[in-house]
Amino acid sequence: MASAAGDRLNVVPSRMTLTQIKGRLAGANKGHSMLKKKSDALTVRLRSILKQVLEKKNLTGDVCREALISLAVAKYIVGEDFKLHIMENVDKSSLKVSFHSENIAGVTIPVFEKVSVDDDGTEYYGESVKDISGNGVSKEISEGLSNKFHSYVSLSGLSKGGQQIATCGENFRKAADTLISLAELQTSFTLLDEAVKITNRRVNALENVVIPRLENTVAYIISELDELEREEFFRLKLVQNWKERESKNAQQLREQLERTRQGFSSFEMDSYETKERLVEGLASNDDSDIIF
Amino acid sequence: MEDIRDLIGFNVDDGYIEALVRGYKSSLLSSVDYVNLTQCETLEDVRMHLNGTEYSVVLQDEPSPLTASIIAEKCSVKLVSDFQYIRSQSTNPLTKFLDYLTYPYMIDNLVLLVTGTLHERDIGELLEKCNTLGSFPAMSTLSIVSTPEELYREILVDTPLAPYFAECVSFDDLTETNIEIIRNILYKAYLEDFYQFCCSLGGTTEKIMCEILQFEADRRIINITLNSLGSKLSREARENLYPSIGSLVPEGTLKLSRAEDVQSVNSVLESYDLFRRLLQYSTDSPGKSLEDSFIEYEVQLSKKTFEQQFHYGVFYGFLKLREQEIRNILWICECISQRHRTGIGNYVTIF
Repeated sequence: MASAAGDRLNVVPSRMTLTQIKGRLAGANKGHSMLKKKSDALTVRLRSILKQVLEKKNLTGDVCREALISLAVAKYIVGEDFKLHIMENVDKSSLKVSFHSENIAGVTIPVFEKVSVDDDGTEYYGESVKDISGNGVSKEISEGLSNKFHSYVSLSGLSKGGQQIATCGENFRKAADTLISLAELQTSFTLLDEAVKITNRRVNALENVVIPRLENTVAYIISELDELEREEFFRLKLVQNWKERESKNAQQLREQLERTRQGFSSFEMDSYETKERLVEGLASNDDSDIIF
Repeated sequence: MEDIRDLIGFNVDDGYIEALVRGYKSSLLSSVDYVNLTQCETLEDVRMHLNGTEYSVVLQDEPSPLTASIIAEKCSVKLVSDFQYIRSQSTNPLTKFLDYLTYPYMIDNLVLLVTGTLHERDIGELLEKCNTLGSFPAMSTLSIVSTPEELYREILVDTPLAPYFAECVSFDDLTETNIEIIRNILYKAYLEDFYQFCCSLGGTTEKIMCEILQFEADRRIINITLNSLGSKLSREARENLYPSIGSLVPEGTLKLSRAEDVQSVNSVLESYDLFRRLLQYSTDSPGKSLEDSFIEYEVQLSKKTFEQQFHYGVFYGFLKLREQEIRNILWICECISQRHRTGIGNYVTIF
């Protein structure tokens, strides 16, 4: 029994513990099936995110490449140092990222949303991200926005290369959009991956350690209880046998006594006193314990 | 008659420097060099090829890894040192002419510094990034001013651009107007002034430089029109930025100032032979914008300056060609480092 101690809980085998452990076993089984479902849900989500991440990564490469090439074109037309002038003219960001979180099967994943800020400081939420997916309504807003954006930047390079600078800006905005959504996906992917691992670990722990241990404990308690029962039965049997034997002995003794008395009555008893004492003794001690 | 006056007197003062510039011109990269450069796989290969040219001195000690910007920067260092050497050898009026050539860079630097001051940036950092060709002695004093008032006074007192500034930009403009508009106003004033100066020089210089400057003015007018389409810039403000010289003045500018879209701009330009040709060229050749055809035409004009002797146009031409060459190198390097093989041929071969 000592070698199997790791496989079961160290409990006093009693009926109450048995009910308790059975309750725990049922709980563990339920938890196992629920965690399994969660793990499956997370895995499905993870797969779809992985697919999107791959797509986005390919796209990012292309978009960034295009942005860098348009930057090179602008540099070629306007000259190397135009970016200094643009950088010095920036006093507020025209693109911000807002953050809120979303709950998937108990896992909190971040959602990044693009916020475009135009000249007047008005903020537009995530149009261009939708624009990529080709949403008609938001495209209109986004076009208006890009016009505004154009007017903001186009005065740089007014005399030379304004269009190239505008194209460059537009391309870099696209790149930023892609990077924002990629960042979101990537973070979600890492978090979900971690969550899936933890869940799987729990599922496996339940399946391979907790549940077998509880089952073993149940088996152990049941076997111990059986053992106890058998012992009790055996003891009872033993006592019964012994009692039977004793009562048999007593019977024999009484029969002997009877026979002795009959012997006395057939022969004249010399002394009534002696006979009297004998009867008295028998009457007061009719218990089987009396041994002559 | 005037040409003969040039012939007699030119070499007394400027013959040596003209010879110098023609020497520099012969060291410009040839089309064979460009073909070799476009074959390069890495920027190290570019360095190897450039080692056979005049840029070997500036590039050979540059530690790896190279970037396109570093190469372009080093090439500009070479241009600046050549230009400063020429300027130090020159006498008036050539010195003044060469000073005029540096004014555009000064305008750029000044605008950068003004922007920095208005946005309360660290001027010391900006000073390092200024174009050395356009550096002027008072640049460092600009870095100590703290308020826009002081800045305005300092510009008027200390910079060579003061006349343009006093004429066109009031103090209120400095803080309220878009800095890009101030830049264009300054440039307009500079262009007109330079034009006057070239006219006063007379002779072949006048003939050649006026053609170039007129083209430059036309190009600015067209670009400003195209780039301000759909922007907040009003019609009057746009007209205000047009230089008053050039072949488009006055009829073309009037029409252009009214133009509302690209079509109307094109239809105005149709009536000018040169611009019709340039427009046609940019629509015919794929991947080329109007800007590209302007650049190519500018290169042609600059090349043409070397066809005549005894005039100052060569200095202008030389500066522009070298700048174009640096831009070509920059473009090729960018394409190589980004593995953008398809567009690599989009440079302008000079010789």
